[in-house]
Amino acid sequence: MLKIAGKTFHSRLFTGTGKFSSSSLMEEALVASGSELVTVALKRVDVKNNEQDDLLIRLKYPHINLLPNTSGVRNAKEAVFAAQLAREALETNWIKLEIHPDPKYLMPDPIETLKATEELAKMGFVVLPYVHADPVLCKRLEDAGTAAVMPLGSPIGSNKGLKTIDFLEIIIAQSNVPVIIDAGIGSPSDAARAMEIGADAVLVNTAIAVSGDPVRIAAAFKIAVEAGRMAFEAKLASPVSHAVASSPLTSFLDA
Amino acid sequence: MHSFNDIFETYNWDEVKASIYAKTGADVEKALSSTKRTLEDFKALVSPAAAPYLEQMAQLSQQLTLKRFGKVIQMYVPLYLSNECSNICTYCGFSYDNKVRRKTLSPMEIMQEVAVIKAMGYEHVLLVTGEDNVTVHVEYFKKVLELIRPHFAHISMEVQPMDLGDYEQLTPYGLNTVLVYQETYHREDYKKHHPKGKKSNFKYRLETPDRLGQAGIHKMGLGVLIGLEDWRTDCFFTALHLNYLEKKYWQSKYSLSFPRLRPFSGGLEPKVEMNDRELVQLICAYRLFNEEVELSISTRESPHFRNNIIKLGITSISAGSKTNPGGYAVEPESLEQFEISDERSPAEIAKVISQQGYEPVWKDWDNCLT
Repeated sequence: MLKIAGKTFHSRLFTGTGKFSSSSLMEEALVASGSELVTVALKRVDVKNNEQDDLLIRLKYPHINLLPNTSGVRNAKEAVFAAQLAREALETNWIKLEIHPDPKYLMPDPIETLKATEELAKMGFVVLPYVHADPVLCKRLEDAGTAAVMPLGSPIGSNKGLKTIDFLEIIIAQSNVPVIIDAGIGSPSDAARAMEIGADAVLVNTAIAVSGDPVRIAAAFKIAVEAGRMAFEAKLASPVSHAVASSPLTSFLDA
Repeated sequence: MHSFNDIFETYNWDEVKASIYAKTGADVEKALSSTKRTLEDFKALVSPAAAPYLEQMAQLSQQLTLKRFGKVIQMYVPLYLSNECSNICTYCGFSYDNKVRRKTLSPMEIMQEVAVIKAMGYEHVLLVTGEDNVTVHVEYFKKVLELIRPHFAHISMEVQPMDLGDYEQLTPYGLNTVLVYQETYHREDYKKHHPKGKKSNFKYRLETPDRLGQAGIHKMGLGVLIGLEDWRTDCFFTALHLNYLEKKYWQSKYSLSFPRLRPFSGGLEPKVEMNDRELVQLICAYRLFNEEVELSISTRESPHFRNNIIKLGITSISAGSKTNPGGYAVEPESLEQFEISDERSPAEIAKVISQQGYEPVWKDWDNCLT
């Protein structure tokens, strides 16, 4: 079972709360997904009156853990401040670190993310940073005390799938912390593929929220993630890209 | 200083206009089938040749907007602080030569207005003034920001263009977004419409977004006042401006507005009329050209139009707006900047949004984020 910072997760499908057409539909979809870790943008919720916040009320299930995120911040300083605010308001020391100074493509800033991870880890936060599929950065984050790494599969919200697969495979091969593939997963088959290559979990938001039927798509993602994980654990046969030659090049050695 | 003016000066209005009107159905089809659309594609999409493709444009615009923004519409409301103005603008109710009683809200009056706005549910507010550098200046804005910051999650401003140093002073006070509309990119026509006051300086206004970018503002809004000049050409220059800014000030977000000239007491008749079909064409063209830009619609538009535009590409909407200082509580009867077309309350608009399968969002920022 997946463990992050001592907490056990039965579901390897993490979800987001943005872009849904209503908070009731969001609630239904997230329940159908079986997700136990749900990220919420700090900027979307009323931190002062969080008991009355419509979005937060919808997430009050014993199996759902909140993962506040810092979306909107542009540097490490702002991120640390936002994380502290989230900890106080939502009573969790888990934080999804999102530092994208670029509001167009929402690309994560590796330098500020590393800085903020170092600081937040020292302050006792469970840090889950959203990053590029950069194997060296992921190792550096590990050294900085990150609880997991969340490399992107393709640009956030793009539904383009695992465009970064070659780098994700390197990250997975050498990581000592859980690897959660965060952005760009557009379909259940993408999620299954991510799990087959050995990702510990995936985070899906747009592909569920903006679909024709978010509840059914959420259920489809749940099954896909389980299937992908099962295939990984069962050691999927490697694909063979060529036929075996009938006259091998080394047959002369048998003579 | 290098600014947008350097690029702007390499363009000729008449040539741009001619090239837009020369676009053909084939150009439009090429633009529609492309995934990375260029400024030439944008010209085709706003051209008369694109009119028969409107439904296809709307479908694409809806899909792209859903992908990026989801099924949500941001709610915002204007708060008019002052109608004092030393500019003459031929189309504006606050113009210096327009005989209206002038008023700038005091701190106590601002709080009365804020109470009404908050009771409507708003968290995102847009501060609006005329241009009077004697009473409504950077120090006044600082005081206002200090006063209202605890009450709102997101504060925007639509006031006179200011110097770089002014913007740098205001951002720590919680100023998140600045809207500054060029009104028209037609330099000669601009002079006709702005004969007196600081606003008559075309270049200073044109370079305002550059100053905002240098000041590191989170978001800026661009647009032209539709009705002053050929809207297709004016909106091409808006797109050109946006393109330049996005690449140069890549840490800022952008929004576009497309206000159509509205009647006000004693005001100017539009030189160029834009009908509803054309406004939809423009909104879709902006979305097809730029998937990430926010598109905003105000109460200038009719209930029928606003109800139906929600799904076509816009991302934010105002409701229950008053366009006179004191309009919510202090002096509801004073003269407004322009007549609004949609009088429905924020709650009614929120209901319309929900009925269309979208979620009205009241808060999508936090005053802890500067």
